[in-house]
Order: sequence, then structure tokens, then C-alpha cells
Amino acid sequence: MISRRSLLKGSVALGGAAVTLDLAGWAKAWAADDMMYAPEEGASLQLLRWKRFVQSEEDSFLALVAAFTAATGVAVEVLSESMDDVQPKASVAANVGTGPDMFWGLYSLPHLFSEKCIDVTDLCTHLGEKYGGWAPSAEVYGTSGDKWIAVPVAYNANLINFRISAMNEAGFSEMPGDLEGFLELNKALKGIGKPGGMALGHASGDGNAWVHWVLWAHGGYLVDANDEVIINSPETEAALEYARQLYEAWIPGTASWNDAFNNKAFLAEEVWLTNNGVSIYAAAKRQAAEDPKMAMIAEDMDHAFWPIGPAGKPTEFHICYPLLGMQYTRYPNAVKAFMQFLMEAEHYEPWLEGAVAYLSHSYKAGDDFAFWSADPKLVAAKPAAWRTSTAGHLGSVGEKAAAALADFIVLDMVANACSGRESVSGAIKIAERQAKRLYR
Amino acid sequence: MAETPLETARRAAAPDDAASAWTRLQSNRNWLGFWFMLPAAAFLILFLAYPLGLGVWLSFTDAKVGSEGEWIGLENYEWLLGVAPVSDFLGIIANELFGTEFELEGDTTFWLSVFNTLLYTVVASAIKFAIGLYLALLLNRHMPFKAIIRAVVLIPFIVPTVLSAIAFWWIFDTQFSILTWMLQGLGAIAEDHQINWLGDETMARASVIFANIWRGVPFIAITLLAGLQTVSASLYEAAVIDGATRWQMFRYITYPLLTPIIAVVMTFSVLFTFTDFQLIWVLTRGGPFNATHLMATLSYQRAILGGYLGEGAAISTAMIPFLLAAIMFSWFGLQRRKWQHGGRDD
Repeated sequence: MISRRSLLKGSVALGGAAVTLDLAGWAKAWAADDMMYAPEEGASLQLLRWKRFVQSEEDSFLALVAAFTAATGVAVEVLSESMDDVQPKASVAANVGTGPDMFWGLYSLPHLFSEKCIDVTDLCTHLGEKYGGWAPSAEVYGTSGDKWIAVPVAYNANLINFRISAMNEAGFSEMPGDLEGFLELNKALKGIGKPGGMALGHASGDGNAWVHWVLWAHGGYLVDANDEVIINSPETEAALEYARQLYEAWIPGTASWNDAFNNKAFLAEEVWLTNNGVSIYAAAKRQAAEDPKMAMIAEDMDHAFWPIGPAGKPTEFHICYPLLGMQYTRYPNAVKAFMQFLMEAEHYEPWLEGAVAYLSHSYKAGDDFAFWSADPKLVAAKPAAWRTSTAGHLGSVGEKAAAALADFIVLDMVANACSGRESVSGAIKIAERQAKRLYR
Repeated sequence: MAETPLETARRAAAPDDAASAWTRLQSNRNWLGFWFMLPAAAFLILFLAYPLGLGVWLSFTDAKVGSEGEWIGLENYEWLLGVAPVSDFLGIIANELFGTEFELEGDTTFWLSVFNTLLYTVVASAIKFAIGLYLALLLNRHMPFKAIIRAVVLIPFIVPTVLSAIAFWWIFDTQFSILTWMLQGLGAIAEDHQINWLGDETMARASVIFANIWRGVPFIAITLLAGLQTVSASLYEAAVIDGATRWQMFRYITYPLLTPIIAVVMTFSVLFTFTDFQLIWVLTRGGPFNATHLMATLSYQRAILGGYLGEGAAISTAMIPFLLAAIMFSWFGLQRRKWQHGGRDD
């Protein structure tokens, strides 16, 4: 029987020659040798995930799923929903006790019904030990008490996307790492007629990412470690004053932007600095062969970390994607086998490679994945899991933090203050009242 | 009521009292009416009354998506409406219309959504009615290609809302707006001037109202056109003989005879506009600064995305009094038949 080890031995015997082991081969070897859970007889699974943003990510994910099925005989049906719809569907399924076996959602999804999730402590402990340990934020999202309730499979890094030439023209040789420098850059960009802009509409991804960064960078928080509302603070005021200055330096119209606006504005050379995943770059590269303008944009753009403020440490907010199994499933072993399969480096790496850095790894060994050194412009996405704060930041990551994000409490506060619709203190007061309601 | 021969025959055939009661239930005309009504009633109760009742019930609980919740009485309403709803209601109107800074007791976003919904409904419905009536009068005249023109007028109504909303999304895009581009081409605005269609509160409100009007006019125009065609031509002939002006013909013949149709069509139009969701959700998601958040969109945001079903249900339930008022107004205000026939109202 061919096992993964014998295959490995074979490749070593070839004297280091590049032996490409195809996915199906790996999968079969893994099932025979390393699979910790024997799937139940006749098992088949349903997985509900968020709808892909990068086609090649979905392609490589489905290739993984097919390899798992071929190796174990467990059919996995993958269903897709828009990001906003995964959470309500999972909550209803958890309550009703029927539905897809696995849900792959965002942020704190497993914490909304932690007692209904399959215990994956043994699996996550094993994976953590095998692959150099989980990122701290991954542990926060994946555990409830001393139990693991979900596998934090990946992160979506939200980075500053900028045009190198515009930054240089504005008098900066590199992206400033501090708040003052970053504001100066934005003002200078406006001065040369190549302004930046970030979403202030109800954009659950990009909008929430930058407003939480600006709040946390100044040391402002919605709640403290005991989930007491502490938004009404001088730090929040400073954050709002700063955000207002940024807003004034940006292109008009950011208040109406949702998640897709900045992508198209950046590619149309209407904005020259924004925040996003690496999907703008991916889109430019994809079209580069047919469109010289896209080739030029891909060549001239780069990604950067968010500046660090008085808080003194990174205060970025990247999306975490936890994968959870429901207790009502008839095939818990098959669920865990699938999760293990997904996270084994031999499968995990090609999948993330297919995502072209749209997804970042959550365990340490992922730092060594070869694709991270393939394109220096994608390196900023690499440490997302280590640089991110969790939803709720100091507070818990449960349903209250999820509701605060969904109700755009911080986003509306920043938008109200930036636009002058409310005074800084008025905007804070409204947010405080809403937050107190959620965190009662 | 006299027994039918069938009932008599069945009675004779009945072996005992129970059977005779059963036979009576089967054949009695009153009971038969009840049986025939039952499927429709069951349908209405199951699909209309029950969901409505459940929604109202949820609004008195702290239910979240995935959990049943407990009875909390009026707490959701107290949180939304505040302790002084009337002053909050007047306060938000003053704040939005006159720029005052009245501090609300209730939930600012909720009151803003109430204001937005009323503004959206009143302005859009009034303009839709004016344009719809004008179009109907035009289309009622003899002209070449009448059938084709009438079909073309219906197009906005036929296109799925989400599709037309996406088209408007591009039309109103701050950076890529075709309207801005045209105005720039015509020299009406400077080359580098971008109109902030959906990023400015007033412009965003105007833009979504415009999109709603575009979509809603055909419904009103075509329905009123149907009404116009029922007006007898002899009335106009008599009026012409009497020397009536065009305005007098409209005022004293067309308008009174059209009122029942207007009542129905405007009731529907107001209800559709008040409960609009898709257009707003695609165009602005309630932004900027919640300036276009309607009660329906806020309810969805709180209940489904935020998970607070009870509070979302309370926002939905708060729409009912407004909708009832709109229905009452059109039925009692516009459907007074004596007035239509030249008599006095009671």
C-alpha cells in the first residue's frame, strides 16, 4: 500500500529531484496513514460557506474537496451564500437542529451557539502541536472556555492598498508607519489631485476594518474586558477628530461606498490609496494580459500594514473565517476528518496558494509556505492572524460583538462625526446608547 | 329556511341522531357556505394572519436569531420610541427639516428611519401620482402606435427591482455616474466636478426617491388609464355641447369618476412605497449616515444581520399604524360615493 510516508521516502530517494505529488496522491496517502478519525459508513456532508471573492480560491478549495471525497469516499456538497447570510442561516440551523453539517462563516460565528458546535479540542490541539501553534487571535475565535468549538481555518487580511507612483509624487518614499505621517500622506495625495478614500457606507468588510483600526489605534474601545461599554472616552474623541481629517482629505462620495466601490474606483484611477484585501491587485493581475492599464496598475501598486498609533501596537482588524461542525450531524467523525484534511499542510498550502493571498494561514508553520516568497507585494497579508485584533477587541467575541459589527455602531459613529452630521460628542453618545443596549 | 329535497332525503336515510347531525353539517346551506369559505380562510390565517401575529408577538420578546427569547413586554418599544414618542417624532422632523439639534430620548436611528420612510413615501407617492395621472391622460388620447407606446411605458414596472436598482447604482455612482458625465459634456458643471449622488444626505434621498418614482409611475399610469377608459364618451360630448373647457371636463367629469380607482391605486402605491426594501438595500444599504434607512431596511439590519429578532420585529410592527392610517385615509377620504355623484357628504 502506498502511504504518504512511502511517497515521501520515494521523493527523498530521488535525491531531492523535484517530484510533484498530485493532490489526489497526497489525499489517498493521508487517508491511509494520517487520518485521525474514521468517517462513518456511508457518510456524506454538506458545508455552507461564504461566496468566494477570488475564483481561483474556490477552484482550489473544490479541488481539495474532490480529493477528500476520492480518498475517503465521503461526498461533500459545498453550498455558497453571501457573507451576510451565513450567520442567520447557521443560527437558525443550530436552533432547529437540522441543516448543513458544517458552516464556514466569519469572526465570532461559533460563539453564537457554542454549545451546539462539535468539540474539536483534540483535533485543534493536534494541529497546533504539529504546525507550530495557532495565532493568538485564532485561539480566541476558536475556543470557548477550555474547549475548541471551531477550526479557525484562515484570515482575510485588510491592508492599505496604494499606488507607489502617487505616494512618491506626494513626497513619500514609503508608507508612513505612524498616524501623523499617514494623515500627511493623505493630505498630500489630495494636493496632487490623486486622493485616497475608504468606505464610510454600510460596508461590513472594508468599512468596519478601517473604522475599528482608527478607534483602536487611538486607544479607544467599545467595551472593556468585562464587556462594560467604555466608548465615551477622550481616546475615542481623538480617533474621531483624526478620522474627520482623513475624510476631508479623501475623494468625495466615500460616505456612500459599500464594499465593492473602492475596488472599482482604485482600478479606474479615481482613488490612489484605499483599504482592501489583496483582491484589487488580484483583479489587476488577472486582466493584465489583455489590458495594459491593468498591467500598469498591478505593477505600480502595493500593500502596506496599517499605521500604529498611541496604542503602540498593531490595531488591525482582519476577518477570521472559522469552520464549525454542528452537533446534530450524523457524521461527526467525517466532519472532523474533513477539517483535519483541510488543515494538513500538504492540502492547506495549495489551497491558500490558489487564493493568491486573499486568505492567510492561521498556524505558525504557514509562515514557511513557499507561495509567500513568490510575490513580495503579497507579503503584507502573511502575518494577518498575528496582527489582527479580535471582534470586540478587549471584550468577548460572542454574539454581542457580532451584533455591534452588524449594526455598524462604530462605523456609524465615525461616519456621523466625519460628515459633521453629529458633533464628535453627539456621535459618541449615540454609539454609547446603542452599545449599552447590546451589552446589557 | 326550508329544507332542500336533498336534505330531506338525507334525513330520511340517516340511521341515528349523530349521523343526522353530520348529514346536516354536510347539506345545510349555511354550513355549506362555511365549508366553501374554509380553504380561503385557512389560507389567509396560515399565510397572513399567523405571520403578522407572530411578528407582533416577537416584538414583545427578546428573541434572537436561533433562540426563542422571553417575554419582555414593551421594552423593545420603550428603547426605540423613548419615553416621549410624540416629542421625539416632532424633534426628528425639526432636526431634519430645519437643522435644529433637539436631543431625542429614543433610538436616534429608529426615529431617523421613521422620518426617512415618511419623506420617501409622501414625496415619491405625490410625484408618482402627478406623473402617472398625466401619462394616463396622454395615453388615453388617440395617437399613432398607441399600443406600442403603452407597452413601453410598462417597462420600468416589468424589470425586476434588483436589476433596475443595480442600474441606478451605476447611474448614481459618485465616480462613474453617467449623469455627471453628461452634465460635464454639456458644460453644465466643471470637468473635474463629481456630483456626490449617494454620498450626500439630501442628494442620496433625492436619488432613491427618483429611482422609486421611475419604477412606480407605470403601475399608476396604466391603472388610471384603465379607469379612464371606463368613463363614458357621452359625458364628454354633453360637456362639449354645454361649452365646458378642458379643465372643467377634467375637474367635473374625469376626476370624480376616477376617484375610486385613484383610491385603490394610491393605497397600493403608498403601501408599496412605505414598505420598500430592495431599492434602498441595493443602492445605499441605508447610508449615508442612515439618511436613507427606511423602517423596513432598519428592521432587516437589526433582526437578521444583527440577530435581534425582537427589536427588528418591533420596528416592523411600528410600521402598522402608519399603514393603517394610509389605508383609512384613502378609503374614507377618497371613496365617498355621495360626493362623487355631486351630493353632499354626511
